[in-house]
Amino acid sequence: MSLDQFVLAASAGDGILDKLNTGDILATLFFFTLLMLLLKKFAWGPLMGIMDQRAELIASEIDEAEKSRAESAKLLEEQRALLKEARTEAQAIVENAKQQGDAQRADIMETARAEAARLKENAAAEIANEKEKAILAVREEFVSMSILAAEKVLGKEVSEEDNRALIEETIQKAGESR
Amino acid sequence: MNHVNPKWEFLGLTFNPSNILMLAVTCLVVFLIAFISTRNMTLKPTGMQNFMEWVMDFVKGIIKSNMDWKTGGRFHLLALTLIMFIFVANMLGLPFAIAYDHVLWWKSPTADPTITMTLAVMVLVLTHYYGVKMTGVKNYLLGFTKPLAFMTPLKIIEEFANTLTLGLRLYGNIYAGEILIGLLAGLATAGVGGFLGAILPAMAWQGFSIFIGTIQAFIFVMLSMVYMSHKVSTDH
Repeated sequence: MSLDQFVLAASAGDGILDKLNTGDILATLFFFTLLMLLLKKFAWGPLMGIMDQRAELIASEIDEAEKSRAESAKLLEEQRALLKEARTEAQAIVENAKQQGDAQRADIMETARAEAARLKENAAAEIANEKEKAILAVREEFVSMSILAAEKVLGKEVSEEDNRALIEETIQKAGESR
Repeated sequence: MNHVNPKWEFLGLTFNPSNILMLAVTCLVVFLIAFISTRNMTLKPTGMQNFMEWVMDFVKGIIKSNMDWKTGGRFHLLALTLIMFIFVANMLGLPFAIAYDHVLWWKSPTADPTITMTLAVMVLVLTHYYGVKMTGVKNYLLGFTKPLAFMTPLKIIEEFANTLTLGLRLYGNIYAGEILIGLLAGLATAGVGGFLGAILPAMAWQGFSIFIGTIQAFIFVMLSMVYMSHKVSTDH
């Protein structure tokens, strides 16, 4: 067995190179070193490279995410301020419109009221006018009829022109006394 | 069971061709695993790349638990190669052992003390090398007088004890596992009753051997890094 050989070789002292597997020792070292170099060239090196690359990528992605998060927070704040501003503005516009509407309503009412008053006044004036006209017409008629009656009574033609003035005067007087 | 090892002499050196064969097979398997899993690498890992990255992170974790990654990073390749090499070596002897004319050819290379002791000595020599290189000769020598000066002889003995235990622990575990598997295999081929009797313990022991092989690979690398950190870090 190998262990026996090993122990014997160690204790015997003489001919140690014959008993000890010196060749195996060298072969082990050779194979191990070779394997290590091959792994370094073909597996460890590239894999470490890609793992470092990934670590870098992740780090940069985290930075990027942090940056975009801050940016979006800023944008959000901005949007919020804008929204607030817009809301205030809208409120002001509505308030304004309401005020304007009130003013306009008052205005229209005022105009309508004035118009109505004016129409009423006009109507009153016209009525007075018509009344005057009617009275005048009645008076004229009355004068003619009086003259006619007087003609019939007197049986003679009186100058219409002379009497008219006289009668009108009389009526005027009568109207005034009444 | 009385297998003997083949033996070649070349340039005054003694070779065990079975060891050479198994070392080559181990290296080939490890290399193929690593090589195939690192083809078509992408930033978003898939399949085998995930596995390989997991192994690398695992080894990184072992190193980080012992020392600062800034000093320990340079041992990453060493530890990665060690753990994959020892793990594959431990597993190779599990499914079968091939003996031809009573000469054992296929086995775990780590079931040979020469190989495990070579690895252990290599690791310990590297710890001393890096101890001198990274902390300077003065600090390296002062390290032997800590924590107390009169403990220096113990510290020196410790270095040899570390080397021996590191190599022989691995060898002992794997060799014992192979012996037992060999015994159970012998029982199984003895007859129908033997086969029936051996089938359950053989399966159990194979499973246990996988566990032991994995644990031993981990322990070897872990202890290597512990010894390394004792030498290279100044805060001890």
